[in-house]
Amino acid sequence: MNEATPARGIVLGHGALAEGLVDAVRRISGIEPEALEPLSNVGLSPERLQQEVEARLGGGGPVVVFTDLPSGSCNIAARRLCTGRSDVVVVSGVNLPLLLEFVMHRHRPLSELVPRLLEKGRAGIACAPMELGGHARPSVPGR
Amino acid sequence: MPVLLYRVDERLIHGQVVVGWGSRLQPDMIVVVDDSLAESEWEQELYGLGLPPEIEARFEDVETARGHLEEWKTGPRRVIVLTRDVHTMLELAEGGKLRGEEVNIGGIHHSPGRRAVLPYVYLRDDEERDLEALAAEGVDVSARDLPDARRVTLAELIPPERQRR
Repeated sequence: MNEATPARGIVLGHGALAEGLVDAVRRISGIEPEALEPLSNVGLSPERLQQEVEARLGGGGPVVVFTDLPSGSCNIAARRLCTGRSDVVVVSGVNLPLLLEFVMHRHRPLSELVPRLLEKGRAGIACAPMELGGHARPSVPGR
Repeated sequence: MPVLLYRVDERLIHGQVVVGWGSRLQPDMIVVVDDSLAESEWEQELYGLGLPPEIEARFEDVETARGHLEEWKTGPRRVIVLTRDVHTMLELAEGGKLRGEEVNIGGIHHSPGRRAVLPYVYLRDDEERDLEALAAEGVDVSARDLPDARRVTLAELIPPERQRR
């Protein structure tokens, strides 16, 4: 495996979403608090939210900022900050499978890590029965 | 068709506007009136990401928007007009341009110098004056973050002892 400085994660979301997701990740993985931090936009102006994200980015090392929606105040604040920084990536549409993938593979370089996150996050969205999702149900022998 | 909503909201195009108000009002165009954003294509692109394809986003400076107000009020499109601060809405309204209209204060958050009015509205002294000036322009000013929230009147936003009218 190609080792790199482990990425830190910031989960940025509406209401209590970020705190809930990070709590779930910690309960499942036992990850150290500084590796994945939650931040809510509640009560924060766009400028203040951007300041709060910037304070958490720190001076160096790769960071992935996870946001809930692909636009809105959280995503806009994060994307403004990642402009011109190769060590900061914004991933929207955060979900639990995606965050668990992050925890397991955050030692990989961002160029390897981020595609894995996107793949895992998308694969985590499924439905039952499968036909409603546009997929054929696998045949079960003997039925 | 009258403009569906005039709203002051620091976050401009975001979830409350697109989902909360959008699902109720069914707009087909959201106009952001903002001199700075009107000149920033990459920021316009960011804000536009949050919109479904059936809603067009338009970004105009104050002067251009003032020139388009009558068209929006009388045209066939279902329009929401947003500004990020009270002063810009006042500039849009000056000269009776919004007389008889309702302006919704939807989100002005905490920052130094602002006092808490509602969980989603904090105001500086100059913003209180601008709200009063809006009312003096014949605008009905009230606050409500979402369509089903209680409508908070200007008299409640600015207590009598702070009113200058």
